[in-house]
Amino acid sequence: MTLIEHPLRRPAGSRRPRGSRRRGGGVPVALLLPALLGLAFLTLPLIGLLARTPWSTLPQRLTEPGVLAALRLSLLTATLATLLCLLLGVPLAWLLARLEFPGRRLVRALVTVPLVLPPVVGGVALLLVFGRRGLIGGWLDQTLGITLPFTTTGVVFAEAFVAMPFLVIAVEGALRGADRRYEEAAATLGAGRWTTFTHVTVPLVGPGLAAGAVLCWARALGEFGATITFAGNYPGRTQTMPLAVYLALETDVEAAIVLSLILLVVSVVILAGLRDRWISTP
Amino acid sequence: MRPRASVVAGAVALVLAGCGAPGGEAAGGGVAGTVTVFAAASLTASFDRIGRDFEAAHPGSTVVFNFAGSSALATQITEGAPADVFASAAPQHLAAVTTADGVNGAAGTPAVFVRNQLVIAVAAGNPEGVRSLSDLTRPGLKVALCAEQVPCGSAARRALDAAGVTLTPVTLEADVRGALAKVRLGEVDAALVYRTDTRAAAPDVTAVEFPESAQAVNDYPIAVLADAPNPTAAHAFVAHVRSAQSQAVLTEAGFQAP
Amino acid sequence: MTGHLLDARLAVERGDFQLDVPLRVAAGEVVALLGPNGAGKTTALRALAGLQPLTAGHITVAGSDLDRPDRRRFVPAEHRSVGVVFQDYLLFPHLNALDNVAFGPRRHGANRRAARRSAGDWLARVGLVEHARRRPGQLSGGQAQRVALARALAVRPAVLLLDEPLAALDARTRLDTRAELHRHLAAHPGATVLVTHDPLDALVLADRLVIVEEGRVVQEGDAATVTARPRTDYVAQLVGLNLHRGRAENNHIRIADELLLTVPEHLDGDAFVAFRPSAVALHDDQPAGSPPNTWPATVTGVQRHGDNLRVQLDGPVRVAADVPPTTAATLRLIPGQRVWAAVGVTETHAYPAG
Repeated sequence: MTLIEHPLRRPAGSRRPRGSRRRGGGVPVALLLPALLGLAFLTLPLIGLLARTPWSTLPQRLTEPGVLAALRLSLLTATLATLLCLLLGVPLAWLLARLEFPGRRLVRALVTVPLVLPPVVGGVALLLVFGRRGLIGGWLDQTLGITLPFTTTGVVFAEAFVAMPFLVIAVEGALRGADRRYEEAAATLGAGRWTTFTHVTVPLVGPGLAAGAVLCWARALGEFGATITFAGNYPGRTQTMPLAVYLALETDVEAAIVLSLILLVVSVVILAGLRDRWISTP
Repeated sequence: MRPRASVVAGAVALVLAGCGAPGGEAAGGGVAGTVTVFAAASLTASFDRIGRDFEAAHPGSTVVFNFAGSSALATQITEGAPADVFASAAPQHLAAVTTADGVNGAAGTPAVFVRNQLVIAVAAGNPEGVRSLSDLTRPGLKVALCAEQVPCGSAARRALDAAGVTLTPVTLEADVRGALAKVRLGEVDAALVYRTDTRAAAPDVTAVEFPESAQAVNDYPIAVLADAPNPTAAHAFVAHVRSAQSQAVLTEAGFQAP
Repeated sequence: MTGHLLDARLAVERGDFQLDVPLRVAAGEVVALLGPNGAGKTTALRALAGLQPLTAGHITVAGSDLDRPDRRRFVPAEHRSVGVVFQDYLLFPHLNALDNVAFGPRRHGANRRAARRSAGDWLARVGLVEHARRRPGQLSGGQAQRVALARALAVRPAVLLLDEPLAALDARTRLDTRAELHRHLAAHPGATVLVTHDPLDALVLADRLVIVEEGRVVQEGDAATVTARPRTDYVAQLVGLNLHRGRAENNHIRIADELLLTVPEHLDGDAFVAFRPSAVALHDDQPAGSPPNTWPATVTGVQRHGDNLRVQLDGPVRVAADVPPTTAATLRLIPGQRVWAAVGVTETHAYPAG
């Protein structure tokens, strides 16, 4: 996706960047060839899916009740997971970008753990913490009567766990790239730290934030391993589209293809719509 | 070297199979070269041992395994992965392969070489005192089943229907290992899984037998594939699996003789 | 101190850089901090704004301490009555001109509508009403500068700070903007501190100049005094004078072992003597009759300077001389050429260095 746009760095009112006129001539072959190969590599599997799609039975498959339930659940949980990631991940990114503290490198490395961890292991790790016998889960269950495994909330947790690094890394990068003097300007105009953060910092890193949120949402939407391990698989409650696809694959490859296609189309439509709405720069 | 591909794509099996040129005329009744065996994941431990025994009995031969879910293996085979032998956890997956492959003439009819039966897996020592399928409906008791798309799920459905028990599980796991893991981690109190799986998970998990499991026995068929690159060795391997020696190994793992 | 809205001693120690600048500005007064790059002007400004804590000294505005390390008092930027026009303006790129100006009033408690109304008034004052809806990226440099000024003034600050307010503009825009800025600064009732390295900005905009070099005030005074009596080479160069320091005795100042200048003033002790480059005449040979204030010199460089040529001379002292092109032709002024320099007594100006 080409959603990531460079954060605003150039102070307003300064000279226009030089060399904005495009150089004439073609694209170097040394770049064009691998670029096209890369594009083909990414899109050929999609074409493979399209080639195998049973178009004639598509409408009836779409209207199967289980499909819509899984789709609705996927969109809901991915969105909630993204909100959770924004709520926790943006402050974390701010901390990493702006605060000098001992062990910051370690913390930054820890943030990327879910990227490296196989999602299934991540799911097991979540169970060990939030599960019925988990470090926190046991206490939650006994004192508050809250259980996370096998619930929709559990799906949101699993997705957020896996997707949050994408948001944190994108936002931290944007924060590092942003010109901090705007924040100083805000302070001289009477804005406290929180107001400065919400009214200046966040809008300044808006494109990076949006890109991070989109990556986060897309990753949450496709999440499988951590979800099935932590939240299990139950139609309407924890069975998201990727789980439905995986199970359909056991018996009916065509059904799996259709489900994958639906997930793909819906996410592309939503992302394209969002891009026009809040990622476009003025 | 004894290559062993556990859960890998057919491509790996292809590479490995290509390494040892099949059809070598060595000792042991002309059995030599590489036999590529696609086998259901539940057979992993037993087949590893059976494969070692086979190689010992037929010097110059190598057994390469690809262990995965039966349906995934079936897909790999129909998509062209070169396999000699397919040992499936359910007849329909083997049927899917033979249909797609054309008639499996050389192999003859697939033979059921072993059976597997459901048990109730509970935490070690059975703290909840589960004795029967109907105990699983107790309020507050969390149960994991397999999804009906996978063999252990359809078997569970048959058993529950036979017992006339209706229960609402908290999860329908995608495979038997997922269901078992939830028992081991204490997230559910019970799960319907194969007896062989509880054997492998001992002593963390205790198996509770129940009579209705007789209604939900899984047959494991095995066959040499029509396109087998090394049919001689393939047939020898199938015969070896059905031998008394191998059957003992399988029984020890919790399987039943057909 | 009564009579001064802003009373400060700006002392900041950072690594091997030390700033120590006393500064007092009355209400309605415009003071320019003038100095070369790296002199510490911007640090001084940041300290006033609350973006850089003092390590010693104090900042007092209208009698209350904003920063006083010895009393552990520090008022953060957002609680100071200070408006800042930054060097490259730092208009918020995500807000249009109106909302940039309304940002301050809004933070000071005005509701959205009142803040916008006030912002509109300020934009009208700087003549940009019709650009209210434009984003900073759509404004010219001069317009952005005016929006930045309106934004800083909209919070009605007791102290207005401007950091190189015209440096980012091209020469033509600078001329117009300078005149307009002068009008706004004159109208500002509070104290104004302007940081610049451009002597023209300082002379036009400020009532008083404070010259800062290497973190210290080297000279202070109104424009006339500073230009007439520079006290450092930097200031002399700024105002285009030859400046030399020596020992005075009556109407003579020895500025080099071999050079004793005769001056109109009668002084004793350490003194400066200043004279314009155009007051320096050049001759082929020693002028007849050995008049005072002549010395042999060597040409080290020749540049165009307006209609004249500026000749750099070495000798007992380094001096710049402005000569008309005709003279230059007859003298064959090329580097290495030996000439005689002469300055009329009445063309020099001497004053005590103490």
